[in-house]
Formats: sequence, structure tokens, C-alpha cells
Amino acid sequence: MAEAEPLLELSDLVTSYRLRPGIGRPGGEVRAVAGVSLTVHAGETVGLVGESGCGKSTIARTIVGLVRPSGGKVLFDGRDLGTLPAKELRRLRRDIQLVFQDPYASLNPRMTVAALIKEAWRIHPGLVPRERWDDEVRALLERVGLRAEHAGRYPHQFSGGQRQRISIARALAVRPRLIVCDEAVSALDVSVRAQILNLLQELQRDLGVSYLFISHDLGVVRHLCDRVAVMYLGKIVETGSKEDIYRSPAHPYTQALLSAAPSLDDWRADEDGEHGEIVLTGDVPSPLRPPTGCRFRTRCWRAQDRCRDEEPALVERDTGHPVACHFPGALPPPATTAPEGGRPMKE
Amino acid sequence: MPDERANESATPLLEVEDLAVEFDTPAGPLRAVRGVSFEVGECETLAIVGESGSGKSVTAQTLMGLVPLSARIAGGRVAIEGRDVVGLSDREWQALRGERISMIFQDPLSALNPSLTVGYQIAEMFRRHRGAGRAEARRRAAELMAQVGIPDAERRLDDHPHRFSGGMRQRVMIAMALALDPRLLIADEPTTALDVTVQAQILRLLRQRQRAERLGMILISHDLGVVARAADRVAVMYAGRIVETGTVAEVYERPAHPYTLGLMRAVPDPRDIGAPLEAIEGRPPDLAARPAGCAFHPRCPFARDVCRTDDPAPRELGLRRASACHFAEEVIAHGRG
Repeated sequence: MAEAEPLLELSDLVTSYRLRPGIGRPGGEVRAVAGVSLTVHAGETVGLVGESGCGKSTIARTIVGLVRPSGGKVLFDGRDLGTLPAKELRRLRRDIQLVFQDPYASLNPRMTVAALIKEAWRIHPGLVPRERWDDEVRALLERVGLRAEHAGRYPHQFSGGQRQRISIARALAVRPRLIVCDEAVSALDVSVRAQILNLLQELQRDLGVSYLFISHDLGVVRHLCDRVAVMYLGKIVETGSKEDIYRSPAHPYTQALLSAAPSLDDWRADEDGEHGEIVLTGDVPSPLRPPTGCRFRTRCWRAQDRCRDEEPALVERDTGHPVACHFPGALPPPATTAPEGGRPMKE
Repeated sequence: MPDERANESATPLLEVEDLAVEFDTPAGPLRAVRGVSFEVGECETLAIVGESGSGKSVTAQTLMGLVPLSARIAGGRVAIEGRDVVGLSDREWQALRGERISMIFQDPLSALNPSLTVGYQIAEMFRRHRGAGRAEARRRAAELMAQVGIPDAERRLDDHPHRFSGGMRQRVMIAMALALDPRLLIADEPTTALDVTVQAQILRLLRQRQRAERLGMILISHDLGVVARAADRVAVMYAGRIVETGTVAEVYERPAHPYTLGLMRAVPDPRDIGAPLEAIEGRPPDLAARPAGCAFHPRCPFARDVCRTDDPAPRELGLRRASACHFAEEVIAHGRG
């Protein structure tokens, strides 16, 4: 799979926002995405994980053209979206669809489900002949687990899970090759979330669509994704196959993230009721003034002088997969982990 | 030691018995909470888990005497440290809130006054409730902020809430909730708005404070992972009712209600990566159209005729272990597998 040309390729992508000075806040430029390279191949699901403010949603918005990149490239099917003539760009935009976290905000409340789906065909004429519209709407609704009679209803008449199905149906209406899911299941209740995750997998199996799945939920990403990239403060700090990231994470941030994520097994604590999780101190620094060198160093227990002076590149080290850390390495296994094992035990 | 135990169990910090809460709607009363019973002891964390509309937050508000305007307690008993609190006046409640029972919320910004410094707001608690002087109150506020892990506490007293990150704001809320040494803390989705790494910090802080103060805690959450990490016992709510209770180990190892079992299987299993998720079909019922019999029966793979007609009452399966399912034993035997 790695040999074939990627469907989507981000190459050193930079996206900045200009901030006007406000009360108690200086103005300036925020590099929300500070040089990100990433590929998604046909039929593949790539997970992009990170915490709020890491730039993952800005990547989504840049890919679908809602924000202009200020540096680097977005290539789709080998073509640079930044230099394509308008007409071709429009054609290509159809191939990339975005599904948001909150379908209530992205679905016009005054339009029926049928109208919402048909709108896509108005924007991209020639895709589905008008006389087929009603049939297609029906087929799409059934495809995403809704019923044909839902076509005449309005978004508020649906539950959260059903609204997310509508968003997916609308994305599918233009037969995209890539769907960018930005926290698409994060607002859903557990029981409903599983339904939507299963639907996404089913659609991929049947239609061969690729996903860039952006989420803060590590459990969901592990479940769904083939490859994973971990972001911190505008940069990818580690990337690899699902096994690489979850079985042998080498970046301290990935390690902290994984150990902090609660799981169903967490009731098995040690006698002191502790879980041996890595608890990072402090908060994510402001992207307005990222730390010099490694951006993670201010919260890192392995940081040394070199981390302050020199930014680590995202390259394969002895880890078998790319890691942006000067001192990558495995954690000692939990059984042998005492405070002296290198884990920060205190806050 | 045995005597001490007996004493503790004699008066739990909190007892809730057969609680019912109703909302008035144009279509008539709507029962949002029904037949809810539980206890919380010293140093113990009870998690109330459920999805949206399960009644978990209404239950929490009721315990604080903060029943929503259009709602009322339609039955049952709530006792804090042995004292019945249903029907207390506002004035009587004010003497309890903060002093005996406190609460923290998902969104600390909504509970903090944006125009006052954090130090002032914490110090105010000591001035109003403890008659402390200005300097004394300020000193205690700084002490408390340091205790909840706010770095540079002395200096940060003079910052307004918006200058704090989400995690730090939640620490401020915890400081305020614990300022007057209450015995009980209700934490309503305390980490839901926070990032994973900050969530881990807050859960650890809550655990530390709980041990230090021997607090009884109620954790309201929709997140089964957070509950597994933070709770001793669990009550699972569905459609206004507790469908299962037990220790975390009991409930997570051998769920005794099909809804709990369904929830466990809908979450990616760390022990079985990539296994297909088993979604619970359908969605939680609208309380106005609660199904007859067991409210879960339309979504339940174990349902039989009796489930469509008879609403099962919670049934004891062991010490402080209960399930409101006609076929609890069958569910346990089925296992998470």
C-alpha cells in the first residue's frame, strides 16, 4: 500500500491565523499548523489524535478549503490544490467531504433532509440527473441506516445519532473518495457512537472510501484506524501503524496520552488505588509563543538542554517508525515501574 | 476495627431511598427519576453512569437541593449524615451547601463570577461562612489554591477566571467546593470538557483530596473509562432508574443488566483490539413515551414477553449488588465475552 501514490498528501503544511490584539492579549500570528506532512492512501483510515489546540481541526479545515494554507502543499491525487484552476479545484473538492462533530450546527434547520442532500447535487451539477434525485435520496438514507420516509423531515426531528447519519448521507451524495471526520462521533452517547463507527467501517468496506479520522479519543482511533499520527502544538510528534503507536509508543507525549486515557480495565488499580499513569504537569503552552526547540519539552520528564536548543525532526530513529524526539524510547513495563523508573509520579 | 466499620455503616454520609423526581410539562407530569436508591459512605466514590436523558444529572441536582424550576420531588427520602433534607427551606439548604455537601460541574466558568478575581471568590467563602477577616481569608485562599495544585498560588489570587486554563479553573472549583470542609462532594462530569492529560491530573487530584479529607463522593459520568478509574462502586442509570449497582469490579467483570453489558460491548475493548463493536440498537427512550414493562426491552437482546409487561424492580444479587432485570442471572452467565 505504501508503494502506491497517496490519495491525500500534506507536505510541510503551515496554516496560520492572524490574531488582533485584545484585552490582556497581544496580537500576533498563531501557527496553528506548523509544518505537517501526512499521507492517506486509497481505502485507508488514518487517525489524527491530539488535544484541544493542537491544530488537528485546522488541518481538517485546510484540507477541505475552508482555510488557506500559508505554507506547504495539499496534494490530492498528486495534484496541488493550491495551484489548480478554479474549475478543476471545484471538481476535486467534491472528492473530499467533511463530517463535523456537531451535525446540528452543520445542517440547515430550515431544510428537509431531502433538500439538504439535493443541495449537494445543485452545487455539483451533472453528478446525478435530476429525475433520479428522489430515488438517490431514498437509496442514500437507507445506505446510512435511515428510512426513506425520513426524507421529508427536518433536522430537529432527529436524535444526535440520526443527524450524524444525515451528515454522512450528505457527504456520500457526491461520491467522495476521502471523508475527513472531525470529532464526528465525539458528541454521541456510547451506545449510539458504536452504531456510527460500525456504519463508517461498513461504508469503507462497500465503497472503498478513505477516512482521515480526527479525534481526541484514543480508544476510538485504535478501533477504527490503520495508521495514526499524534499531534502536539501544531506538529506531528509521532506517526506509525496502529501497532507502532499503541504497542510501542516512543514519544513521551504519546506515552503520556496513552497512559492518561481511561479504559474499561482501569478498575484494576494497585493496592494504593493508583494506575501508574503518567500525569503530565501543567498545560499545553500557547501556540502564540511555542517553546523553543522541542515544543513538548516544557512538560517532558526526559527533557535535557538539547531539547531546548534544537527542534527534533520527525524521522525514523531506532524506533522503526518516525518520532520527533531526541530521546525516544520505550517505557519500562508497568510492573517494574517505580518512581525511579523515570515516570513522573508527582504532580 | 470491626467496631469502627459497624459505626461507619450505621450512618452513611448520604442515603437516597426510592427517590422520584417529576417535571411539569404541558402534557402532564413527566417522571425523570424513579425508584432511585443508593448510599455513599466515608472515603467512598459512587459513580452514577448513564447516557443523556438517563436522569443522572437531575439526581445530582436533587441531592444539592437544586431541583430544576419546573421539577419537584415526587417521593422518596434523601438524608445527608442522617438528616432528612427533602422539603428543607432555602435558608436551611444554604447552611448545608458548601458546609456538608458540595458540587463541581463540567463547566467551571459558568460557576465562577467572571468579573471578580479568583482569590476574592475563594476568600469570600471564608469571610461569609467563617467570619474571617480580609487578610486571614486571603491567606487561607492561597493555601487552598496551593493544595489543589495551582502553581504560584499567591500571585494567581489576583487573576480573573478567564486567565486560567480549563484544568486550572476546575482546580479553582474544587478548591471552592472543599473550602468549608464538606463531607460529601458531587462531581457532575468534572472532566468531560478537559483534555485527556488534564483529565488525568484532575482525577488524581480528586482522589488525593478525597483521601485526605475522607470525603464521600458521587461521580456523575457518561464515560465508562473514567468511572473504572475513579470509582469504588457504580450505579448504572437508564430512563430515570438505576438498573444495576455493584462494585466497579463486579459490574465491569460480570454485568448483571443487559444495558450495562451493551455499554461495555459498545466501547472498544483494550483486551480485544479491532473486534467489531456491538452497538445497542435504537436509542434511549423519550421519557414522555417510556415503553411499557422494562424501559430497556425494545433494545434488549434478552427480552421476553414478561419484559414487555412487567417493569422489573431492582433485585438483590448480593451485598450492595442489585439488578433491575428479570433475567439478571442469565446476563451474568452470558458475560462480556
